[in-house]
Amino acid sequence: MEIDPFIFRLSIFILSIFIGYYVVWSVTPSLHTPLMSVTNAISSVIIVGAIIAALSGDNEKIFEIANLYGYLAIILAAINIFGGFLVTQRMLAMYKKKKKREK
Amino acid sequence: MSANLLAIFYLISGVLFILALRGLSSPETSRQGNLYGIIGMAIAISVTILSVGNFSTGFLYLILFLLMGGSIGAFIAFKIPMTAMPELVAGFHSLVGLAAVFVAISAFLNPSAFNLGDPGSIKVASLIEMSLGASIGAITFTGSIIAFLKLRGIMSGSPITFVGQHYLNLALGLVLVSLVFYLCKTQIDTWFWSIIVISFLVGVLLIIPIGGADMPVVISMLNSYSGWAAAGIGFTLENTALIITGALVGSSGAILSYIMCKGMNRSFFNVILGGWGATDQNSKSSSKEQKPVKSGNADDAAFLMKNASSVIIVPGYGMAVAQAQHALREMVDALKKNGVKVTYAIHPVAGRMPGHMNVLLAEANVPYDEVFELEEINNDFANCDVAYVIGANDVTNPVAKTDPQSPIYGMPILDVEKSKSVLFVKRSLSPGYAGIDNDLFYRDNTLMLFADAKKMTEDIIKSL
Repeated sequence: MEIDPFIFRLSIFILSIFIGYYVVWSVTPSLHTPLMSVTNAISSVIIVGAIIAALSGDNEKIFEIANLYGYLAIILAAINIFGGFLVTQRMLAMYKKKKKREK
Repeated sequence: MSANLLAIFYLISGVLFILALRGLSSPETSRQGNLYGIIGMAIAISVTILSVGNFSTGFLYLILFLLMGGSIGAFIAFKIPMTAMPELVAGFHSLVGLAAVFVAISAFLNPSAFNLGDPGSIKVASLIEMSLGASIGAITFTGSIIAFLKLRGIMSGSPITFVGQHYLNLALGLVLVSLVFYLCKTQIDTWFWSIIVISFLVGVLLIIPIGGADMPVVISMLNSYSGWAAAGIGFTLENTALIITGALVGSSGAILSYIMCKGMNRSFFNVILGGWGATDQNSKSSSKEQKPVKSGNADDAAFLMKNASSVIIVPGYGMAVAQAQHALREMVDALKKNGVKVTYAIHPVAGRMPGHMNVLLAEANVPYDEVFELEEINNDFANCDVAYVIGANDVTNPVAKTDPQSPIYGMPILDVEKSKSVLFVKRSLSPGYAGIDNDLFYRDNTLMLFADAKKMTEDIIKSL
């Protein structure tokens, strides 16, 4: 009897939820805003689906309706990827320690 | 590129994303973490392009659109003021949601590109996965748009409720389930489009009853949804990077929602089903006769703080609105020159999103090791001379501990009232978002400073 590949993906999914649970609890509360912007950026890895959608099909007809949705999704995801990572970078650069001892 | 090699690269991306979140456990490692995230994303995009292996005209368009979106994103990232982060994050969530919808539509129209079968005979499991992805994506999209409009102030922050709202949502939810069922049975595209349209509607209906003060929960919740949408698409595309990321983002958002709810001592469902503002104004707060309030000016405040040995600053959303963080830091610098010990106390739900105040203070060059969370600092109020409350209100209200009738009863608060004197910067005596009077205003040791947060802080600097 063979195991359906879906079960493997489901296992990855469930285990990742647990990883996410423990990793996120260890995030310091002062970095919760960067956490949101970076999770937002990485969830745009959905762009891989958009790329496949955009590039598939006949080379002569690159703007079939299915491809068009792919291209639109590429634009949206690209805004998020660049915007999300850069704004996170910008925020994280602001977090500084005390420069010199007071008193 | 073989499918196995491709899968390994996606796994590497997924691991790098985990490390990106892991880095956020402390500010020192966080920048490195962000870099891991960027590398993970670059790997995922490159191997996908290589695996499709189509470098004709379509590829040029792909690069063009990628750069187009990228430059829009980069432009926004550099231009956005830190006070507008909640809107930005809500806006970004909506884009993830819509991208998920588009990818799902594309997979439905051209399933052979994704090895899901042919149009009209798509595998049932894939149909369920893509409807889930599309539906959650659509809810995320419209929900985030509403959240964005509320945060931006284009739409009123007060909850919009009507009779039978919850029954309508329930009915729509049932309709969605049956549509997915019929779609799997008949593969008729009308059902697929109906799922998306109804989900758009559900997204709007879910967010309009939630009030402005509950926005931290809403944003975290939508963050979570965008993750589940990505995971749904990940199952459709059989892509590990997407499945791992979706699970990470989904649980991250869920944990943040939980932390925010706990910060208000409310259950998640209580927040979802309608905000505080929905409850009628407490008659006792409005009918009470005028109680005496001590009010002062900038000179009084400067005198008090200059002669204090320790001061705790309590910032809130009002500070963000007034853009007072820079002035505040200057005031603190002036105080430190006088030998006053200054720290910052941040309530979990201060501001409009998790960690909002921390980012603003960081922007104003406040070192993060002077900024403390509620549990870390709450005992220090008893030993502190002056608490300077700037733009916060409900999170300092002692009623949360004393009056079981109060809607915020049980909510953890900053024990500002225990400090020797309290300076409360506020424009008027009006109640906060919770619509309840703050007992603190009438205490003997409270001095009200009626002014705009930024202006008052600047005036205090002058007289220091």
